[in-house]
Amino acid sequence: MQQLGMGQAINRALREEMLRDPDVFLAGEGIGTGIHHSPMLPTAGLLKEFGPGRVKDTPVSEAAIAGLAVGASVAGLRPVVEIMFNPFFTLASDMIVNHAAKLRYLSGGKSSFPLVVRMKSGAGIGAGCQHSHNLEAWVAHCPGLKVVMPATAADAKGLLKSAIRDPNPVIFIEDIMLYFVPGAVPEEDYLIPIGKADVKRQGKDVTVATWSKMLGVAMKAADQLARDGIEIEIVDLRTLVPLDKDTLLGSIRKTGRLVVLHEATRTGGFAGEVAALAMEEAFESLKAPLRRVTGPDIPVPASPPLERFYMPDEEKLIAAVKDILK
Amino acid sequence: MQISKQKKLEMLRSLLLSRKFEEALTELCKIENKIPGMMILCTGQEAVGAGVCAALEMEDVIITNHRSHSHLLAKGADPKLLMAEIYGKKTGCNKGKSGTLHLAVPEINAPCTTTVVGGGPPIAVGRAFAQQYRKEKNVTVCFIGDGATNEGSFHEAVNLASLWSLPVLFVCENNLYAGAQRYDEHTKVRNIAERAAGYAIPGVVVDGNDALAVYTSAVEARARAVAGEGPTLIEYKTYRWRGHGESDLQLYQPKEEIEAWQAMCPIPKLRDELLAEGLISPDELGEMESRMDAIVKDAIRFAEESPYPEPHEALQDVFA
Repeated sequence: MQQLGMGQAINRALREEMLRDPDVFLAGEGIGTGIHHSPMLPTAGLLKEFGPGRVKDTPVSEAAIAGLAVGASVAGLRPVVEIMFNPFFTLASDMIVNHAAKLRYLSGGKSSFPLVVRMKSGAGIGAGCQHSHNLEAWVAHCPGLKVVMPATAADAKGLLKSAIRDPNPVIFIEDIMLYFVPGAVPEEDYLIPIGKADVKRQGKDVTVATWSKMLGVAMKAADQLARDGIEIEIVDLRTLVPLDKDTLLGSIRKTGRLVVLHEATRTGGFAGEVAALAMEEAFESLKAPLRRVTGPDIPVPASPPLERFYMPDEEKLIAAVKDILK
Repeated sequence: MQISKQKKLEMLRSLLLSRKFEEALTELCKIENKIPGMMILCTGQEAVGAGVCAALEMEDVIITNHRSHSHLLAKGADPKLLMAEIYGKKTGCNKGKSGTLHLAVPEINAPCTTTVVGGGPPIAVGRAFAQQYRKEKNVTVCFIGDGATNEGSFHEAVNLASLWSLPVLFVCENNLYAGAQRYDEHTKVRNIAERAAGYAIPGVVVDGNDALAVYTSAVEARARAVAGEGPTLIEYKTYRWRGHGESDLQLYQPKEEIEAWQAMCPIPKLRDELLAEGLISPDELGEMESRMDAIVKDAIRFAEESPYPEPHEALQDVFA
């Protein structure tokens, strides 16, 4: 099977959907003619193939980009717009939070907004906190938005294709570091349903619920823990909204222990939601208090040692797992 | 520009309907527990909606705002469904989810309405992009107030519409107040239309109380847009007779100022012209007024007799 980075897998998804449906178009800053030229990037080559009518380079105008998606989608087009970095979401947030998320409800279900907003996220690029800030919990808090955060290239392709076909606004958050991690990606047209978690590793001792780049941390920790005879079960949520409660709770009931792992900062992070769900619906199964492994409550720092300190890693996850097995 | 008798009568009818609809609301919203939430009226500004919408085809789209009643009625919305929505009833155009502020009527191509000041322009740009993408010969009208032109989203939207030559009419009703701030307290430029120069698009200033002038300017801007020549910013000078909302005591609006503008009411202006031209007789005018009264009365009856939604219906319509 072909080995692709997540950016390339996203590229395949965009291309396939644009070929399938003439209503799909792309817009964003530098998505056609950009400052970086790498075949690893999601929109590489699409301007050449589809032309400037369907691959729209925009001014640096996040509110207009998001509004473009809202207005075009209510007409039945399928916009896939890019907000270059997750923190720039704030400039587009009125269009996403007050409009994309709410206008269908306000219309009594008469108007629909089938749009996708792609955002790059994640620490590890040394760019500092105004480029690296994972805000998935913000968008997950807004009813009316679906929130997808793939961890593998194969998932990214299938999930993005589903997002483009979904009749609702979907926020699709891509970790930039994953653009450069090769993974097996099927060549055929396949969809991965939004709202379905995936157990990436079976285990009996502790459930680790995670998403996006932190899946890699969990997988590495699992190998190390296995050497000590500890088997963690890794549930990749893939979609935060709608949340696949059945898979998550099923795993917690099986292992009786839960660690939630995410890169975003701790307070108000989505781990709190997962933890509350476990307490409300699987309390009787829990053999130990749950743990969160997250970024600390600081802006993402720029300097390499500081940024490494920020990022949750195998060591922190292993410590949490061993702690609740005591 | 030659304006047909039919168009003129359509505008007069629209002015009368909107005025009567809102005069009824002015009284109804004072009655306890009758109408929930805020009441934001466009009384005195109706010529803008009437004139602009008369220049549109049904397939043209409008994106309007919190002060939307005259726009929607002029575009052809069913007064019964609007009134029921304003009452919060299940039979309302949005099943009670919107109330008076965000009335969406996709049936008349008013697919979404926003109360966020400055929220409309980026959406209008997207909707107009869809028209351009599909090579439709239609336009999107974005109704905004003077206050919205100080939002960043307005400037982003106008720039993009200009850059891509999108078929948008940015229709600014300068009613002299944004909330409690008089125009000269919130904006330095003398006319909002001057801002168009910053985006290399035409900006025109028009008497917003003159329905025929409004119509003519909208026809011209529409023709430009449909020809692929891009957006126009039209500033209609008008006046907000009522407060920002009905709970506003208008302490900051001088009484003489309100009276001076009321003397320039758009309704007698058009009505007297049509009477003088013999396009309508006093009897026919009386009939038209009675018909509009009856429509409003029917709408109120429909709203009052309609049931409220069941509480659990609050859970519906979040996702498709």
